Amino acid sequence: MAVVFDKPHALIDVPLHYCPGCTHGIVHRLVAEVIDELGIEGRTIGIAPVGCSVMAYNYFNCDMIEAAHGRAPAVATGVKRADPENNIVFTYQGDGDLASIGMAETVHAAARNENITVIFINNAIYGMTGGQMAPTSLPGQVTQTSPYGRDPKLCGYPIKVCEMLSELDGAEYLERVTVNSVPHVRQAKKAIKKAFQNQLDGKGFSLVEVISSCPTNWGMTPQKALEWIEEKMIPYYPLGVYKDRSAEKEAE
Amino acid sequence: MADKVLMKGNEAIAEAAIRAGCLHYFGYPITPQTEVAAYMAKKMPKIGGVFLQAESEIAAINMVYGVASAGKRVMTSSSSPGISLKGEGISYMAGADLPALVVNVQRGGPGLGGIQPSQSDYFQSTRGGGHGDYHMIVLAPASVQEMAELTVKGFELADKYRMTAMILADGTMGQMMEPVSLDFDVTPPPEKPWATTGTKMQREHNIVNSLSLVPEELEQLNFKRYEKYAEVIKNETRYEEYMVDDAEIVIAAFGIAARVSKNAVNEARAQGIKAGLIRPITLWPFPTAPFKKAAEHAKQFISVELSMGQMIEDVKLATECKVPVTLCNRAGGMIPSPELVLEAIKKAHKNGGVD
Repeated sequence: MAVVFDKPHALIDVPLHYCPGCTHGIVHRLVAEVIDELGIEGRTIGIAPVGCSVMAYNYFNCDMIEAAHGRAPAVATGVKRADPENNIVFTYQGDGDLASIGMAETVHAAARNENITVIFINNAIYGMTGGQMAPTSLPGQVTQTSPYGRDPKLCGYPIKVCEMLSELDGAEYLERVTVNSVPHVRQAKKAIKKAFQNQLDGKGFSLVEVISSCPTNWGMTPQKALEWIEEKMIPYYPLGVYKDRSAEKEAE
Repeated sequence: MADKVLMKGNEAIAEAAIRAGCLHYFGYPITPQTEVAAYMAKKMPKIGGVFLQAESEIAAINMVYGVASAGKRVMTSSSSPGISLKGEGISYMAGADLPALVVNVQRGGPGLGGIQPSQSDYFQSTRGGGHGDYHMIVLAPASVQEMAELTVKGFELADKYRMTAMILADGTMGQMMEPVSLDFDVTPPPEKPWATTGTKMQREHNIVNSLSLVPEELEQLNFKRYEKYAEVIKNETRYEEYMVDDAEIVIAAFGIAARVSKNAVNEARAQGIKAGLIRPITLWPFPTAPFKKAAEHAKQFISVELSMGQMIEDVKLATECKVPVTLCNRAGGMIPSPELVLEAIKKAHKNGGVD
């Protein structure tokens, strides 16, 4: 019988530890499919720092590094510069990691146009530690550490990473996608593939922000969580390309 | 004999690192070690190496973590406050068993402190500095020549044991100029089959990791790491003895304090006092044996330090408190003079070691 659907080679065939309905599984798969399609598994090094995806090293078949909370872009800088001709380097980071504790590393890797690929999972909450307020939690969002809803007067406003980084001359490519529907998943894959292709082409810092769900810590069913992305997350975090320097240059 | 060149201590470290095959340097400006970064910034682009000024000390040590993971010789340098920031990364490197060289050209603290020489990071470096059970190999140079030689040694030991090696210097060592021979034998890095260099689709994937959630397994990892440390203690302890054989008053001092103390020992001998000096070159592992041996004939030990007294604890442990151990120190960026040390020796001599 013809095989019509299979697990990507770059994904190890083991059960994932993620909660039911969590979109990490989808994004892992998309990254692995892209690695397969580009034929780069043998030269790819993935870096997953602290967060729900800290054990991604058990899931990806390529070489993997677990890094300190927030420091993946710095570690990636080291790995890339150790062998820039061979090494294809990606980081896989959550919102607390990338936009809170690791903001300096994120901004400066982008400013240097470090030739790496960043997969940024924005689900507006700290998942691994059990649902605390993230730098991307929405105004009014109830979390364990904002039990009365996030009050911007008290703890400020969410950080829009793609918008912010788009102001930097350094960054090559910034796109925000989501994975709450089939068309959105297909667009997410296109973006992730471009972010890796850019690295192969030597274009530089490419970040894909994936608006993701966290049914467990949002206190919703998986289905309801996907709807919440549509109703609450996307209006605050509009999807689209925020920067594509090469395309902009061609257009000029 | 090889030709010598006149160099600053900080520059000697940088040049020796390059000669040891280190082509990746990550740093952040901080006095009094910035010459290391400046030297690397000048040299690395000319020889196909990488110099990168990181956005912080934290980023710099994590860039080191990345290059070390990828299997290449790599270093960073800083001074006391910056080393505190690197503590997180150093702990992760210990947990992931990554080899690298970290240079600390110490200044007076705590806090922002000052920019003058100090040895007050002794506890921090010999006990690990970051969180968790681990050690670094800590090398304490006392001349510009040793700044260079111990840098090479540091890379070799780091690779041999998959550990962080630290050069624990001070502002004096970093800033002073002396003639140096740069003609070293360098042991090239060993094969690193564990490194994340890409599978080339020819092996299982490698993982560099310090996470271990099963306590039974994490305990075993710690036990295994400490077996390695036992090997380091057995094989790599280094020290210099100076007129210790018949000494009644034995000075313990490293780095600049040892140079000052040597003058004081010479003067004491000239005045008929049997003084000697043990200079630890590795601060971890601490050279216990020569202290234990000297405790059989010495009447008193004096720990001479540029701190409020940190190494003195290791001297007491090494001598099992069999004879009195006193402190002769300056702190906050001040350096003890030979006269101050001589006074301490004379006082100990007069009191017959019961001071």
